Amino acid sequence: MTNRIYLDHSATTYVAEEVYEAMLPFLKTSFGNPSSLHWFGRETRKSAENAREKVANVISAKPNEIYFTSGGTEADNTAIRGIAYANQSKGNHIITSKIEHLAVINTCQHLEKKGFKVTYLPVDEYGIVDLEVLKNSITDKTILITIMHGNNEVGTIEPIEEIGKIAKEKGIYFHTDAVQTFGKIPIDVDKMNVDLMSISAHKIYGPKGIGALYIRKGIKIEPLLFGGHHEMNKRAGTENVPGIIGLGKASELAKKDIENDIYKNIKELRDYLQKGITDKIKYVYVNGHPERRLPNILNMCFEFIEGESIILRLDGKGICVSSGSACTSGSLEPSHVLLAMGIDPAISQGSVRFSLGKRNTKQEMDEVLSILPDIIITLREMSPFSIEMPFPEGSGPRERHKL
Amino acid sequence: MNYSEKVMDHFNNPRNMGEIPDADGIGLVGNPICGDVMKIMIKVNKETEVIEDIKFKTFGCGAAIATSSMVTEMIKGKGIKLDDALKISNKQVANALDGLPPQKLHCSVLAEDGLRAAIEDYRKKNKKTN
Repeated sequence: MTNRIYLDHSATTYVAEEVYEAMLPFLKTSFGNPSSLHWFGRETRKSAENAREKVANVISAKPNEIYFTSGGTEADNTAIRGIAYANQSKGNHIITSKIEHLAVINTCQHLEKKGFKVTYLPVDEYGIVDLEVLKNSITDKTILITIMHGNNEVGTIEPIEEIGKIAKEKGIYFHTDAVQTFGKIPIDVDKMNVDLMSISAHKIYGPKGIGALYIRKGIKIEPLLFGGHHEMNKRAGTENVPGIIGLGKASELAKKDIENDIYKNIKELRDYLQKGITDKIKYVYVNGHPERRLPNILNMCFEFIEGESIILRLDGKGICVSSGSACTSGSLEPSHVLLAMGIDPAISQGSVRFSLGKRNTKQEMDEVLSILPDIIITLREMSPFSIEMPFPEGSGPRERHKL
Repeated sequence: MNYSEKVMDHFNNPRNMGEIPDADGIGLVGNPICGDVMKIMIKVNKETEVIEDIKFKTFGCGAAIATSSMVTEMIKGKGIKLDDALKISNKQVANALDGLPPQKLHCSVLAEDGLRAAIEDYRKKNKKTN
């Protein structure tokens, strides 16, 4: 099949042509180690610092507050473990949420084994953290609040400005995983009172294997990687120059995209797809906040059937999406995000995430709308469950999620 | 996830999918919370104890649908008696599908359980002991 429709941009994006072109010389002729004093090193050092500035510009940070990492996961690990170990003498309590990416949750769980205490804030049915519970959870031992900006599964955007304000008032460091929001919606680290922020290139049309951690000037962290003096002694290891150039270019393009409001068009396509699906198919539920949601993410539950089977059938027709079902997560657990939002576990097994990108078209949405209903009908015919024979305990959430 | 061609074939073209309204035995196994539920229905010849018809319905992933389809294909039209059907193992189902990814082997176990449950249900209804 040559004509595939890619709707999994929150998993990863294609590399933009300009990004690829910008990176190529650094894979061919500009191979110098930026730490070298000679001509080759000075050349790549200059280019890497130029890229650093481009990343900083997207979030109104200073270039020397941007530290390159191998991606969002390393940025999350560095921020959380880095602040935790650097501030052990002051306290041992961390506040996060139940819907974080596993890079945050598993890092926090690791720290719990090391003697730190972690509060996992509950969220409402839309995935928004409870600010009252946050305020009441703060103790004099709290050293870090880490709450994601935009959720990768359902797209809900957290009230980062309010959380930042609370953190600042209490003198607590505030980290946010902005992997899904950086370069898509406006971010200003000063207005949001953010102290640390995780960034990833391959979600914004850059290459995989490169990301960044914003650390506000003056904040000390214990590094994750020890070795050479790279990244101001915060992250040892010879810089991934081609990756850095790619992230820089992708950031520059993303800043223009936000200024040109291209996500308005993507949001329209997403809304068109959402309306088309809910018009044509019964017993579907849209997950996430109706307004405070990333413009390109559409997460839905199709009742009575399972997510992986939907994905495989769509894949057979050239349509590429993902799911939060247990079968696709590698564990036997349904999505921790959907469960935290109070969605019935059986219904959550039927979740599908469509995440749009810059190249998607209305024609593609129409193609999906012409193919998806029959797939759902077929899988529902195969299922022992139906509205006449529903899931054993599943009436509450269906009412809540009526459209 | 690497599914064999046989698994994809059974997933895309399931055999014996449907309902038997007057089934002699019904096995319902699995848990929707875990993402796998199989319903196996059989019609049994009371004199010969041969399974004369078998159908399935499944809520689950590619492997779940494929294993339940395969287990019915192993029985349908083969003149298999209840006692011989009980000998069908999940390993046989998985092998018949040219193997399953390790994290999907439990689906073949569920298919074996579903068939067993249908046979037990028949036995209970006909007050026979194993």
